Amino acid sequence: MNWITNYVRPTINSLFSRREVPENLWTKCPECGTMLFHRELKDNQNVCTSCDHHMAITPRERFAALFDGGIFTEVKVPKPVADPLHFRDQKKYPDRLKAAQKATGEHEAMLVAEGEIGRTPVVCAAQDFAFMGGSMSMYVGNAIIAAAEVALAKKRPLVLFSAAGGARMQEGILGLMQMPRTTVAVEMLREAKLPYIVVLTHPTTGGVTASYAMLGDVQIAEPNALIGFAGARVIEQTIREKLPEGFQRAEYLLDHGMLDRVTHRKEMRDELVTVLRMLMQLPPAVRGDLPAPAPEPVPEKKPEPPAAKPEATEKKAAPK
Amino acid sequence: MNYLEFEKPLAEIEGKAEELRAMARANKQMDVEKEAAALDAKAATMLRDLYKNLSPWQKCLVARHPDRPHCKDYIDALFTEYTPLAGDRNFADDHAVMGGLARFNDKPVMVIGHEKGNDTKTRIERNFGMARPEGYRKAVRLMDMAHRFGLPVVTLVDTPGAYPGKGAEERGQSEAIARSTQKCLEIGVPLVSIVIGEGGSGGAVAFATANRIAMLEHSVYSVISPEGCASILWKDAEKMREAAEALRLTAQDLQKLGVIDRIVTEPLGGAQRDRKQSIAAVGKVIETMLAELSGMKPDALIKDRRKKFIDMGSKGLAA
Repeated sequence: MNWITNYVRPTINSLFSRREVPENLWTKCPECGTMLFHRELKDNQNVCTSCDHHMAITPRERFAALFDGGIFTEVKVPKPVADPLHFRDQKKYPDRLKAAQKATGEHEAMLVAEGEIGRTPVVCAAQDFAFMGGSMSMYVGNAIIAAAEVALAKKRPLVLFSAAGGARMQEGILGLMQMPRTTVAVEMLREAKLPYIVVLTHPTTGGVTASYAMLGDVQIAEPNALIGFAGARVIEQTIREKLPEGFQRAEYLLDHGMLDRVTHRKEMRDELVTVLRMLMQLPPAVRGDLPAPAPEPVPEKKPEPPAAKPEATEKKAAPK
Repeated sequence: MNYLEFEKPLAEIEGKAEELRAMARANKQMDVEKEAAALDAKAATMLRDLYKNLSPWQKCLVARHPDRPHCKDYIDALFTEYTPLAGDRNFADDHAVMGGLARFNDKPVMVIGHEKGNDTKTRIERNFGMARPEGYRKAVRLMDMAHRFGLPVVTLVDTPGAYPGKGAEERGQSEAIARSTQKCLEIGVPLVSIVIGEGGSGGAVAFATANRIAMLEHSVYSVISPEGCASILWKDAEKMREAAEALRLTAQDLQKLGVIDRIVTEPLGGAQRDRKQSIAAVGKVIETMLAELSGMKPDALIKDRRKKFIDMGSKGLAA
């Protein structure tokens, strides 16, 4: 026995064993209870492979799956004044913010990026429900305005993935004022005749639905997403009756004429490409003649393809 | 006269004075005027003290005071030839929102506002000022009309919030609110807004996305009711006093934050104590705000409104 067997070897062993058995190797589907292997779940964009239940997906993971080759450029968002009201409930607002930043690894509740989807240049914004319930803060307002400004400058459409409980209470009236602020951003796109597509994901409620999330040219939702203005509990207390099955779910809204489409996450990318290219007066995307996928599904780490002449390359690939 | 919880001591004194006078009226020999006058003086001092430093929660209570002048009172007193226009042309007419053509200082305008009602019957009829999608869609229709005919729009905000009901959700409550805010930003005519009582969240934003926004001294405007905020963040609806404090929902705080432009001074003891004076003060402020915008071209008005909201809140409480 020496220090090697007593100290070094156990340390090395523990290092390796830790790596071999990471936590969260399996995720239980909250809908059907199936145990899902993490890699399989990730490949399926956090949709249950057994029951198609759409679980939450981070903006970064969503963008990685959405943009061509998983390549996108983050759009810089101007930072607003921090904690404008010096808000304090049981915790201080800056502490809640820090905790959310630590838990998500993101700076705030919205990520904005530009890049290409199916060779179609776009600007995308995605809200992060894991960050303080995705709540609409001044930063989120700034993010949407920044997204609209980039879209305007580069004449690109904006696709926005919403997920939020509503306005951020800790910013009080300034949280609420993001409703008109973000509506100004929507107006900018409207006037520039640039498509604005909203993809409503689970859950999108409150002041967010009552502003930018309901003002899209095309309104698409993910299956079974909860979408509404008032919370179901508040409604039940007000009207003193039970709400019907599926109330405020995407399919229910589709039936009531509040959405254009309900689309599976795995089909969302193709659908966005199709719709955007028509609205942008671009020729149809040709999927059939794309080169066969490489044996490894790992995307090539080549730099973003030059934006110039995307149509030319597609024409070459077009069928006779 | 309805007294609020924190006005109870005041109610006692004013009650006593009233009692004395009633007794004197019944019995001509009694001379109570001296005592009654002393009580009156005491009550006046107390009223002044009470209203000098209202807490945010107390302001919420004053803003919701049932005797406060409501939208209909302002329209009846300040506008002439008011011609209500009804319906959203799709589903119904929402009585929580009133609006129509009227003259303000002889000039034609479009006036729109939330009406809460002032007794049980009218309150139910008006749904306590909680609008359904039809109310917002009616407002969109009226604003659009004002835009086409070049009429300035005056909105009076007084709502606990949009109605949380099953039908309201099914008919697109959130979409209706969003479209109303959008319409506010699109019209090429002056748009001025006054929060006369409660500015309840999105239901208020839908009307108050204006070039100029004023609030009555004891009115409130908030992202959520203090009770709602307390039950979410404190997990205890009884913590509404703390929530009201934290939310910064008073007219004074909102002016500091640069969200509103003007505060309309209320009579001592709140708008309900002298309705005539309150109504006149609101009339004055509408006049001033419309005058500031007169002569501006449609494009300039739209630009002014957008810039106002894009810049809003950029400085926090330091504004």
